[in-house]
Amino acid sequence: MIAELGLAALWLAAGLCVLQLFAGVLGARAGDDGVVSALTRPAAIVQGLVLLVSFACLLRVFAVTDLSVALVAANSHADKPFIYRISGAWGNHEGSMLLWVTILGLCSALVAAFERRMDDRFMKSMLAAQAFIGLGFIAFLLFSSNPFARLNPPADFGAGLNPLLQDIGLALHPPTLYLGYVGLSVAFSFVVAGLVTRQAGPELARVMRPWVLAAWIALTLGIAAGSYWAYYELGWGGWWFWDPVENASLMPWLAATALLHSVGVLAARDALRTWTIMLGVVAFSMSMVGTFLVRSGILTSVHAFAVDPERGSFILALLTLYVGGAFGLFALRAGALAEGKRFAAISREGALVFNNVMLSAILAVVLLGTLYPLLAEAFGTRVSIGPPYYNPVTAVFAVPMLLVLLVGPMLRWKRDKLSRVRVPVALCVAILAAALTALIFFTGAGVLPTIGLAVAAALALASWFPLRGRKLRRVPLALWGSMLAHFGIAVSLFGMASESAFSIERLVAVEAGDVVEVGPFTASLRAVEPVAGPNWTALQGDILVSRGGSETILQPQARYFTEPAQNTSEAALLTRWDGQLYAILGDAAGEGRWQLRLWWKPFVTLIWYGALLIALGGLLSIFGHLRGSARSRKIREEVARRRAEKERRARA
Amino acid sequence: MKRLWLILPLALFALFLGVAGYQLTQPKDEFVRSTMIGKPLPAFDLPGATDEAPRVASAYFADGQPRLLNVWATWCVPCIAEAPQLEELAERGVPIVGVAIRDEPEAIARFLENYGNPYEVIARDDIAELQLGLGSSGIPETFVVDGDGIIRYQHIGDIRADDVDEIYAAWEDAR
Repeated sequence: MIAELGLAALWLAAGLCVLQLFAGVLGARAGDDGVVSALTRPAAIVQGLVLLVSFACLLRVFAVTDLSVALVAANSHADKPFIYRISGAWGNHEGSMLLWVTILGLCSALVAAFERRMDDRFMKSMLAAQAFIGLGFIAFLLFSSNPFARLNPPADFGAGLNPLLQDIGLALHPPTLYLGYVGLSVAFSFVVAGLVTRQAGPELARVMRPWVLAAWIALTLGIAAGSYWAYYELGWGGWWFWDPVENASLMPWLAATALLHSVGVLAARDALRTWTIMLGVVAFSMSMVGTFLVRSGILTSVHAFAVDPERGSFILALLTLYVGGAFGLFALRAGALAEGKRFAAISREGALVFNNVMLSAILAVVLLGTLYPLLAEAFGTRVSIGPPYYNPVTAVFAVPMLLVLLVGPMLRWKRDKLSRVRVPVALCVAILAAALTALIFFTGAGVLPTIGLAVAAALALASWFPLRGRKLRRVPLALWGSMLAHFGIAVSLFGMASESAFSIERLVAVEAGDVVEVGPFTASLRAVEPVAGPNWTALQGDILVSRGGSETILQPQARYFTEPAQNTSEAALLTRWDGQLYAILGDAAGEGRWQLRLWWKPFVTLIWYGALLIALGGLLSIFGHLRGSARSRKIREEVARRRAEKERRARA
Repeated sequence: MKRLWLILPLALFALFLGVAGYQLTQPKDEFVRSTMIGKPLPAFDLPGATDEAPRVASAYFADGQPRLLNVWATWCVPCIAEAPQLEELAERGVPIVGVAIRDEPEAIARFLENYGNPYEVIARDDIAELQLGLGSSGIPETFVVDGDGIIRYQHIGDIRADDVDEIYAAWEDAR
């Protein structure tokens, strides 16, 4: 019954989408105030709620392990802990697409309910665009990926969930990431509406900005969570693999980062109109291209999703419609947009344009690397592209970008002179030079990590330079946000560079009692014993780890899951302020010896703390901008009221 | 010029659509094949199953008789699953050479006692040198080697009941 209710809600949402689309288009065309076009906003709100009901139904059938639902039988098992039964709802193709669509519906509903700054015709075009996207993906669910399909007769047992996904990571990472992917649809629909109604001024940018920021925060957190999850769950000791699916999440992030900076320029200075519009289209297009790459199984990836060319074709058709349509509209209309204001090369705008071009270049590098195997395969060659391509080629663009970031935020809008900021610039150059010298002479770190550490050190200080000459109490919240986010970049970069420069790895075969040195630690294997969990059994190593007198026990496991049968390796992590010790229990090496893999990774945790700071900075920025916009609206109202009063008095 | 720039994103997207659409229609091949097919067996000289047994060298394959070369190990569970199929191939007259990876004489003897011995001879590869030389990515893997010591066929993973005929046919072809 619950499953039927969910399916019915999905159909109802499709119907509401049609209504929202129809009403929106009507309102956008004639700008008429008829009964039908007035339904646009209500339809969007109800649609979001109905999709929420549908998703709740899916959660319910997973929570009670209703084995008459095919999706549950194929992906869940009653023996799983409750939290993984729930998160298993989106740990599969159909469920995750329903989550995708639900978030899209909720975004539309939020915009419809709260966004009142743009005129009526614009909002109706915007909601129509949003409904158009929603309709396609709901149709995809209904016709090719129905999550509520019944199984007759019901299965006796569920097949269980891939053990790698039975982790708190699955509960957090996909929903946040999807919030980001799909949140970018709002920016997309805003710029489409901007193109349709020929409005691409600062007002559009101010309205878009909180939405772009929110989606970008979610993407940042989602990517960071995914990276940490892969780091501890896969047991390879790495935190980024340039896997196609990781790239699929990185590309929208790069585009969104560029977008939120160019939106800032458009809002403050009315420049970069065409460019901002294009980035708005590109950002969500990257989300959809990512969805396509992930869901079609067209690229080989560690994220082994089911390969299904039919579904791939469906999403490709949707992509053609949306991305092709938006770029087509862009080609037709963008030429007619009034050119924005001009600015000098050395100015805040100049620095932000440089940042945008570099981010776009990195995006192009990642996109090319991700799609190249596809292109090569069309010509009969099989290739695999990895870190040897991505690391240096992205660095070519990332390093100049970060160097400009040292100075950019201090520059004035429109026109500035470098001589005005020569003291901080000299300070940055001094830090860079000192750090580079120290690193080159005293460590054997590679070229990229060395540059990374030096730039991180300079940026950590430079990100606070905009405070210069300001009274601390009067610094706007949005500026605190941007400084904190830039500081977060420095922190994260430091973690990445330190991990790659100073990690120590030991792979040993030891028997109980043997002592191994790894970095500042000594580790000794005391025993390997069997342990059992709710749906797995494991061999658990008992490793005594000590450093400078303090001792800790690490217990890495080799787990054997029964439903489905699969082995996983559970790393044991010891986190200290200056890094992490990472231990993996390997195979039996014979004669009572065990393989142990130990890493000491100095400051690796900073990678994720940095991401948290970046997201926090974004959050401060949203509040700052919303407060600013509320304040300026109040002032405008006050001015209008006084003027009206004055006129009234004059007339009297 | 500006118009051209505005059409660029659309053009690039069209290119992507073309490639992605074409690839979707192509059958997907996830196998990592050994590039050794058609090449001679790498030279090796390994100890036999027990310390008393004679050594096994690549020269063994150069006597004009095609053979199966089965890479396995006593600690590998799928190898137990494929034992009956190897037995069947041996009964149909296919000579099989086993290469036990990182194994010990006692464990080998126990395994053969429990699951049968389809092998003509067994070599012990304690550091997986032959396995790496063959470009085999996992255990078990089975190769058909012709009478001149040239690798003709590769089977990845355990041999299931419905693989037996194909492997037998590959061995026949190599004669």
